[in-house]
Amino acid sequence: MSNTYDLIIIGGGPAGMSTAIYGSRSRLDTLVLEAKRKTGGQPATYHDMENYPGVPETTAQELMDNFREHAEKFNTEFKRGEVQDLTVNGFEKVVTTKKGEEYKAKSVVIATGAEPRKLGIEGEEELKGKGVSYCATCDADIFEGLDVVVIGNGNSAVEESIYLTKFVNKLTMIVIHDEGVMDAEKILQEKAMENDKIEFVWNSVVDEIKGEEMVEGVVLKNIKTGEKSELDCHGVFFFVGRVPNTDFLKDTVELTEHGYVDTNDEMETDQPGVYAVGDVRNKVVRQVITAAGDGATAAVMAQGYIEEEEYWQKNVIESDEPVLVGFWSVTHQDSMDMMSEIECMNSDEMDCRFVKIDTYKNRLISNRYDIEEIPTVVKIVDGEVEEKLVEPTVEEIREIL
Amino acid sequence: MLELGKENFEEEVLNSEGIVLVDFWSENCDLCLDLMPEVEELAEEYGDQVKFAKLDIKGNRRLAIGQKVLGLPSIVLYEDGEKVEHLSGDEVEAEDIKAAIEERI
Repeated sequence: MSNTYDLIIIGGGPAGMSTAIYGSRSRLDTLVLEAKRKTGGQPATYHDMENYPGVPETTAQELMDNFREHAEKFNTEFKRGEVQDLTVNGFEKVVTTKKGEEYKAKSVVIATGAEPRKLGIEGEEELKGKGVSYCATCDADIFEGLDVVVIGNGNSAVEESIYLTKFVNKLTMIVIHDEGVMDAEKILQEKAMENDKIEFVWNSVVDEIKGEEMVEGVVLKNIKTGEKSELDCHGVFFFVGRVPNTDFLKDTVELTEHGYVDTNDEMETDQPGVYAVGDVRNKVVRQVITAAGDGATAAVMAQGYIEEEEYWQKNVIESDEPVLVGFWSVTHQDSMDMMSEIECMNSDEMDCRFVKIDTYKNRLISNRYDIEEIPTVVKIVDGEVEEKLVEPTVEEIREIL
Repeated sequence: MLELGKENFEEEVLNSEGIVLVDFWSENCDLCLDLMPEVEELAEEYGDQVKFAKLDIKGNRRLAIGQKVLGLPSIVLYEDGEKVEHLSGDEVEAEDIKAAIEERI
């Protein structure tokens, strides 16, 4: 089977799968590469999903299964593979996995998301899987009737805490802020405050996790007074933010100082034809719905990019005869007039193929040839610019023909 | 795969000679449900050299905690009743389990 696609999406979370739905529905030959056994990304490890518009009653897992089914309905191909390298050679992008498999595409969408941040406190690594957990749905059954601690106070921390109270005896949230202050949305805070099983320790951080073979308790530190205290528990859940999965992209696309992919509103990275969507890109709101929105934008952009490049390659760069390219736009009357004048030239005067490029729809090509004023006319022979006339007269155009 | 519970764990695992693999899982653990078919495949491949068993945490939590299993999914290998390997968490791959088995048969 061929390993060449129109569109490759790295990562099968909500952003990646929504890109896939839009991409494959637009008839792009689309591949999703997911590093994990199961698609769904971060929501696949969560339980509650109360704010996805139009789907009032669902779970995070179910919603992600539906995303996948939806993408498959339009023939998106899914493969497993952890991407280790992305190389951009103009129109051809090459994606290489850890196992050495190589895939090629005209456009690539980065949707690798973010993974739970580790705090690096004493006992965290040693007791992982022995009471230290990053996944409430995985481990909820184990902690039935036991006492647990949750570190963090954002949306995930509060939502997962509420879920865990269906199982545990008592849950203590360790909050770094002043009493009553949490990063989570108000509606979630209220639910947590009303929950009899949830207690709060304010102005505090976990300094150390204690236990030999299993978690036995935590050492808390009040950040205002510096005072330390111990709290017995069997489980410690971490929901303290996330870090983007972008190590493999360092030399390929521009990243922010915190490692997020830098994009504009159109999801474009600094590499033409490479986009980033969802939690991996630099933005403020990171929700399933915003990830899905990013995906729709990127897929539409990618489709436009592929069409633009293919048209240009086929009709201009690979043309056997010289090509006269007229850059125009519907918002610029002079440019439209000039295009019709050129089109009216008879074949005696015109020894070139004539190609019109709408600068509004073809930003990439226009930028590549530094088109600042329109109309601009460029003569291209064997793929190279031979003449470039900015706002020319018809006479000047005749001279270069 | 052999279903384990309070009544047979000691006999089938702790008092069993040779290698026993126990897959600790639960209905609420999606990762466990995803991993299970891959463990079943390994059971087909190595079934004659290793005893494959699974333990549902539900109703057997104390037993699991007694085996120091506090994270799911957990794949634990026993050799002559002694715990010799414990693979746990969302990064457990079938290949890791396979390697752990290969190392001991």
